[in-house]
Order: sequence, then structure tokens, then C-alpha cells
Amino acid sequence: MTYIKPAFRHPDAQKNSIGFYRKDYEGALSTLCAGCGHDSISSAIIQACFELAIEPHKIAKLSGIGCSSKTPAYYLGQSHGFNTVHGRMPSVATGAYLANRDLKYIGVSGDGDSASIGMGQFVHAIRRNLNVVYIIMNNGCYGLTKGQDSATADAGSMSRKGAPNPFEAIDMPSLALELGATFVGRSFSGDKAQLIPMIKAALSHPGFALLDVISPCVTFNNNKGSTKSYDYTREHIEATGTIDFVPIEQEITVDYKEGSSKEIALHDGSIIELSKLANGFDPTDKLSSILKMHEARTKGQILTGLMYIDPDTKGLHDLLQTSDTPLNTMGADVLNPGQAALAKINSEFR
Amino acid sequence: MSVRINDFVIRFANVNGTGSASANNMFAKSIFRMGVPVSPKNIFPSNIQGLPTWYEVRVSEKGYMGRREGIDLMVAVNPQSFTKDVASIKPGGYLLYDSTKPLYDDRRQDITYIGVPMTALCLANYEVPRLQQLFKNIVYVGALSKLLDIEVKVFEDIFAEQFAGKEKLIAPNLQAIELGRKYIEDHYDFPLNIRVSRRDLVRDSILVDGNTACGLGAVYGGATVAAWYPITPSTSLMDAFDKYASKLRIDAEGKKNYAIVQMEDELASMGVVLGASWNGARSFTATSGPGISLMSEFIGLSYFAEVPGVVVDVQRGGPSTGMPTRTQQSDILLAAYASHGDTKHILLFPSTPKECFDMMADSFDLAERLQTMIFMMTDLDLGMNDHMSPPFDWNDSREYDRGKVLNVRQLEEVKSWGRYRDPDGDGIPYRTLPGTHPTKGAYFTRGTSRDEDAKYTEESAPYVRNMQRLQVKWETAKTMVPKPEIVRNEAGVSEAIIYFGTTAWAAQESLDILEDQGINLNAMRVKAFPFGNEVVEFLANHDTVYVIEQNRDAQFKTLLVNELGEDPAKFISVLNYDGFPITADFVSQTIQARKLATVGNI
Ligand SMILES: Cc1ncc(C[n+]2csc(CCOP(=O)(O)OP(=O)(O)O)c2C)c(N)n1
Ligand code: SF4
Ligand SMILES: [Mg+2]
Repeated sequence: MTYIKPAFRHPDAQKNSIGFYRKDYEGALSTLCAGCGHDSISSAIIQACFELAIEPHKIAKLSGIGCSSKTPAYYLGQSHGFNTVHGRMPSVATGAYLANRDLKYIGVSGDGDSASIGMGQFVHAIRRNLNVVYIIMNNGCYGLTKGQDSATADAGSMSRKGAPNPFEAIDMPSLALELGATFVGRSFSGDKAQLIPMIKAALSHPGFALLDVISPCVTFNNNKGSTKSYDYTREHIEATGTIDFVPIEQEITVDYKEGSSKEIALHDGSIIELSKLANGFDPTDKLSSILKMHEARTKGQILTGLMYIDPDTKGLHDLLQTSDTPLNTMGADVLNPGQAALAKINSEFR
Repeated sequence: MSVRINDFVIRFANVNGTGSASANNMFAKSIFRMGVPVSPKNIFPSNIQGLPTWYEVRVSEKGYMGRREGIDLMVAVNPQSFTKDVASIKPGGYLLYDSTKPLYDDRRQDITYIGVPMTALCLANYEVPRLQQLFKNIVYVGALSKLLDIEVKVFEDIFAEQFAGKEKLIAPNLQAIELGRKYIEDHYDFPLNIRVSRRDLVRDSILVDGNTACGLGAVYGGATVAAWYPITPSTSLMDAFDKYASKLRIDAEGKKNYAIVQMEDELASMGVVLGASWNGARSFTATSGPGISLMSEFIGLSYFAEVPGVVVDVQRGGPSTGMPTRTQQSDILLAAYASHGDTKHILLFPSTPKECFDMMADSFDLAERLQTMIFMMTDLDLGMNDHMSPPFDWNDSREYDRGKVLNVRQLEEVKSWGRYRDPDGDGIPYRTLPGTHPTKGAYFTRGTSRDEDAKYTEESAPYVRNMQRLQVKWETAKTMVPKPEIVRNEAGVSEAIIYFGTTAWAAQESLDILEDQGINLNAMRVKAFPFGNEVVEFLANHDTVYVIEQNRDAQFKTLLVNELGEDPAKFISVLNYDGFPITADFVSQTIQARKLATVGNI
């Protein structure tokens, strides 16, 4: 969306706990279409990082190619970003994370970027439990190439071009769960109350965190007959429960409240508070998650909220047993075994 | 046949997966330990078990390490290929075979048959069936040692080292050597007319393959993130990196100061390299031609977004899946210009394991200094075969050159900075790394056009300025890459050969052969692309230049003509691309034939 931003800071503007303003988490002006769902997600990312009080330079943003993948330019202007190539953000994020385990990584992708050209990398990043918040800005179409159906478009859904999509949709959260993803959620760009705590929870998760965010494309896929339009999404949305994220410092043990609430303690000390949980649903129980997702699908509902979490998971560095020190900070003194070791190696080749 | 000391070729014909490889390696090492230069080569199928495999050892007092045609002695223990193997022996040569069963073939009259009942000897002396099979290989090495006059002490030493900690294995192995020696002693005249004689020619040399050297070079060069996808002939390179890193790169808590990930394909491997390098780690991948094809899109991103990286291309026979277990230098143009749009890349051409080690370590400096992809162009011959090489060495006071990276302090001090500005005029901009400074130095790395300050733009002028700056950087690269080795540069000689990589051995030997025939040529070994001034000058000083390479399409010549604007008529190609390492005889005969043809035309 292109509009003139006021340059002055609102007198009420609040600093977060480390002294940054919300503005410090903003980026350049968006050049996306006015009303594009992606812009709302960018703004949720800004709000989540501001509220979590992460130093902006301790976050790295990565993306593939598409309208969605342009968004890193529009948030976290003081964070480094890498707009990679179409469908290959996961591998670049893998390399980045391996180089420096101390940053937080936000990977943004589109449904075309992830569910088609990038499916291989998406799947394998999950398998390795790469420590990244992986946001799919899901509009059921290829926005940047003018609205072709994507692999997440529902069978029968109609884009602005008017022909019903003949193929079955790939449901990314179901797939991710099946592959062993340790954090799976879906949200809607139009539901900030849900999206912001979801992003915060994902940022605190020590492994791969998928957020499939329905993000309508107002230009090519917001028409009647589309199952990814604002109207359709609002009409069919069904939340697993409401989510709140409480970042706190001290250790908290899981405390099961009566009835339909649940608190999940994360390793960094924060907690996810879930309430109004759907009947019998437990997002830490995979079987329960799978059942819930299938049930929603057969009912034609768009299930949102936290679908699954394994808070005790081990991320990629832990799986590889690499040093606690970021690899990119090591110098020749640490990395280089020296001439004496080399002389010994030489003697093995004589 | 007259006696030939330290000058012969022996070939072993085995069945894949029967344990012959270690026996054959030991044979080569025994000659090396006699102080005599050896050059062993594996000739193997793209299969795990059951198909014929050969191992060839050239022994050369003069230190000629290229392959040589013509087999003087064949150890034929594979019934499948036996007839062909026997036929491939040079007249006057020898055949060593397992005489447990009688031979039915018609015997050749022009070679000497040496039958040793290897199977029978092992059945009689060992009880475990697996050992009966394994020791057959050691028995023939024993027989060879008697026939070729290799000292038994050499094997005693090798076993003592190999089985340190498992000493009870020494005796049965030595027994197998003795069984072979004794049988020869009792039944044949020895030594043969071809034989080994102790020398002091290898000095402090080592015998090692190029993949091991590259893997080790990556450890010393400070690589911390390695990503790969298995492909012959590059796989053993990552194995070597893993092997040495797991010994030499473990921190106080037992954790790794490196990460290796086997990715889902080569695209992903290259993605990891770019991500890690962008984030300030030294990162590399190793692959072969098919992998480079897949990586192309990312390689273009590396070029345009100026992200460092190192890739080793252990070339094999192409095109397509081609001859996956044979050697070629046929990815030169692919690598030089990989990816769409105007792109070009830096190539290094090591010739020896020592150069593999050095260039690999240096390539990380080069990649970071130039902020671009560096290709290490080796091949199957260099990568997977042992080569005699000067030992590896390292200067302990050496620091890594991380190139133009702004740290926190510099970011504080610098008045204004733009990622793609060129304040030094060398075309190389300053980078910043994620996580460095809370408010300064962040930018959005992208493969789309942008201005000097990394802001997206579709304006022509900044795009063109950027492309021109990349060209300036390319010129700078010419002064940074390794200079060619001017092998021979006699005044008044107007013809020369030029070559690179594994063609070096055959080329150098061919210079001697041609000289003996009165043909005097100058010679230059190119070590890198882009070509620097030294290459240009050498070409300018010669009227005719033979370009020796191991591909069909004269790719290196194309690069010379294309990049230097040289007259194509000046170049004469010497091209070997049958999958086997090029030989000196092939080079010298091709040049000779060419010269005769030219004379005939006058
Ligand atoms: C290798 C390659 N193929 C095709 C394209 C063209 N392309 C650019 S964006 C895109 C699809 C993007 O769709 P999606 O990921 O859903 O993003 P959206 O624009 O919908 O946010 C395509 C096919 C490309 N950039 N690279
Ligand atoms: S084309 Fe669609 S996805 Fe792209 S910016 Fe416009 S509304 Fe958003
Ligand atoms: Mg899309």
C-alpha cells in the first residue's frame, strides 16, 4: 500500500522494554496493492517483534520470490534481509542459521513459493527442524505473475479469471504435521488478535514453526467463488481456541486449568495461554491435532489457531551437535588445527 | 626384452567389492616406500558390486605421473574380463594369474604366463572363508614383490602401521605375502626384466588424492558450514572434510566447530552456502557437473547479490549422466558462465593434491575478498586417485582475510555507507553482516536490480552502473587470482603449449618426448580464470599455441578466444575426451602429426 507516512513520532508512542519504539521495527513503504492481505501480516510481524522486545538486528528475515516474498522490505528495516530465489528460501535460511545460531530467523514465503517450486525445500526444512518462523502468506494464487491458481487453491475455487480449479489443494499445515513439524499454526491476515500472539509464540519456539496465514489477494483472488477471499474466509473460519502469549523470564510449569484452557511453557520461559479450546482438543497431542484438522476439513471449515506444538523439541544445531558459540564468530585460532597437526597428517600419506 | 628398472605399467583386473582395492593400494605404496615415484589410477564402474574394476600403477624413475598406455604386467584375477585383459598386455609383457584352475584359452606366444594358485594356497592356509577370499589379494601382492624385487621389509612396516592396536592381524597378512613370494621362488625365475630398485626420489612427498586434500584444505581454510548432495566423484571430498573436522574441530564440551548437512539436492546445497556466507561463515559445497547445472540459479544470485561462496566441481564425463566414473575437464564453460544473464565466475585449476589443499584454503579468502562464487575445478582423476605430491604445509601465523566487512566500530565511525558503493574504485563494495549493529548496516540482499544503497530500483542508470562496477571488480579479480606457471619460456621459440589441471602431467612429459624429436616448445600452466596479464603476455609472445584439454569442444580455447579476443587461428587444440586421463604419447603424437600436416601443406 502506498501512502505518505507521518514522519513525526506520536507523543504517546510507547517504548518497549529494551527502549525501542514500534517505528524501529517498521520497514520501507509497501508497494503491494492496497488491501493486500500480505501488508496486514507485515504489520503483525512488526507488532509481534516490538512487543517481544527483540533487538531488531538480532532478527534476520528471509524470503523467496513473489509478492509475499517482497514484504521483508516493509518490516524490520533495521534487520538484515535476504530475498533469495523462487522456492529456495528454506535452504538459504538453513545456511544462515547454521552460521549464527544466536539470531531469530523469520522466513516468508508464498503458497506458490512453498507449495510448488519450493515444496522440496519446505519439506526438508521441516525434517531438519530448522529454527525458523516459516510464514506462508497464502492467497491460493500466484499474485506476482498475475493470478494463476496455486497448489493451495481448493478444488472448485474460482479466481478472478473464472474457471474452477480442477485439482485438489495441498494443505500445508496437514502436510507439515505429517512430516513431523514441531509447531503448526494457521491464521488469517484479517485477524490480528490471533496472528500477533501466534507469531510471538512461533518466535519463541526452538525449532521449525509453520504459520500458514490466509492472506487474500485483492487483485486476483478476492472474487465471489474464491475460497481464499476475505468474505469466504470470514464466513468459514473456525478457531481451535483463542491464543495469548505471555513472555516471562522465570521458569513456569504447565498448569492445566479446568475445562477448555491450557498453558504451554516454552523453553525460554514464556508461556502460550490457550483458552476456549475446541471440545477435546489438545494441541500437544499429535493425534488430537490430526483429528481436529481432518474434522474441520470435512466440515468445510477453515481451521485457525495453534494446531500443534511440541515445546520440548530440539532444533537443527542441537541435532547436529554443533558448538554453542555461533560458527560465524570463530577465527583462525579456533578453526585452524595448525602446522603440527598437518605434519602428522602428512606422515599418514607416506 | 632388456631390463627396465623403475619404468613400467602394471594393471590389476579385479571384481568390484572383493577387497582388492586395499591390496592394490598397498602395492602402490610399497613402491613409493622404495623411494620410487608411482602413479596409481582406479578404473571403476558405476556399480557397487560384481562388475569388473581395474587398478593401474605407473612406475616412473623420471617422475612421469601421467597415465601411460601399454600394460607391461597384468594381474588378471577376474574371470569375467580375463580374455580381454590378456589381450591388452603389450607384446613381451607378463601375465600373473590364479592357476588354481587350468587355463582353457589359447595361450599368447608373445607374453610370459606366470601362474600362482592363489585360491588353492589360501584354502590350504586359512580356515575362515572370508579370509580365504581376502588373502588371495595379498598373495598376489607377495608374488609381485618377489617378481619385481620389492623388499619384504616394506610390507612388514606397512602392516605394523596399519594394524597398530590389532597386532594379531600382522602375522596372517605377512604369511600371505610370504606364500606368494615362496611360490615364485620355487617355480619361476625372478626378478623379471621389469623391476623396482630402491631410490631416493620421493623424498618428503606424500601420496594422497585430491578430494582428501580439498577436504583438508577446507578445514584449514576455516570452512564451518558444508552442504552437499552425494555424487561421484565428489563424495569422498565431503567424507574427508568430515573425517578431519571431527578430529580437529571439536570444542571443550565435545561439540562441533563446524556443521555438515547432507541436503536434499544440489540446489539446496548451494542455498546453504549462500545463506551461511551471507551470515558471515565460511561455507562450501562439493559436487560434479550435474550438480553445477542444478545450482546455476543460485550461482547467478551469488554473482549479482555479491555473496561469497566456494564450490568444488570434481568433473566427470558428461554430458548428462555421461560417464560418471570417468574423468574429463568438460565443465569449464558451464562453470565460467553459469546462470542466466551476464555472469562470469572465478575458476581455480589445481594440478596436484598440494595445490588442492592450498587453493581450497585460499579460495575462502578469495571468495570473501571478491564477494563472489569461487569454483575449484578438479576432476575425477585428481580427486579420486592418489597422486605423489609435495607435503601440505601451513603458516601458523596466517590469519583469514575476510575481505571488506564492516564491524561494529567501523559502522559507528563511517559517515555514510551503501552496500553497493565503490569507495575504493576497485569494484569491491563493503559488506555488513546480520547481527552486527543495532541501528546501522542493515540492508535487503536481493537478486533484483537495486541502487548503490541496495534500494530496489527499476531505473536503467543505477542498474547499468552496477553492472559496470561488477566489471571493474572482474578486472580486480584478475590481479588476485593465482598467476600461471610459466613452465618453459625460451627466447626465440615461437610455439607453445598451454594446459591446466590434471593435463599437467601428460603435458610436461610430452615436452620431453617432443624435445627428443627435435621439437622445442614453450609451456604455460594456467591456474585460474579470469586470465591475468601473464597469460596475455605469454600468448602474445607465441605464434602458435597448442591448447591441451580433456573435452571434445575445446572449451578452454573458447574461453581464451572469447575473453582475450585472440585470433582463433593461433590455437591448435589437443583434445582427449575418452574418459581416461590424457597421456603424454597422445599429446606428443597429436602435436607431431599436426606439425607434419602443416609441413605437408607448404
Ligand atoms: C525460477 C522462477 N520461475 C518463475 C518465476 C516467476 N514467479 C515469480 S513469483 C511467482 C509466483 C509467486 O506466487 P506466490 O509464492 O504464491 O506469491 P504471491 O505473489 O502470491 O504472494 C512466480 C511463478 C521466478 N521468479 N523464478
Ligand atoms: S497481486 Fe495480489 S498478492 Fe500481489 S500485491 Fe496485489 S493483492 Fe497482494
Ligand atoms: Mg500466492
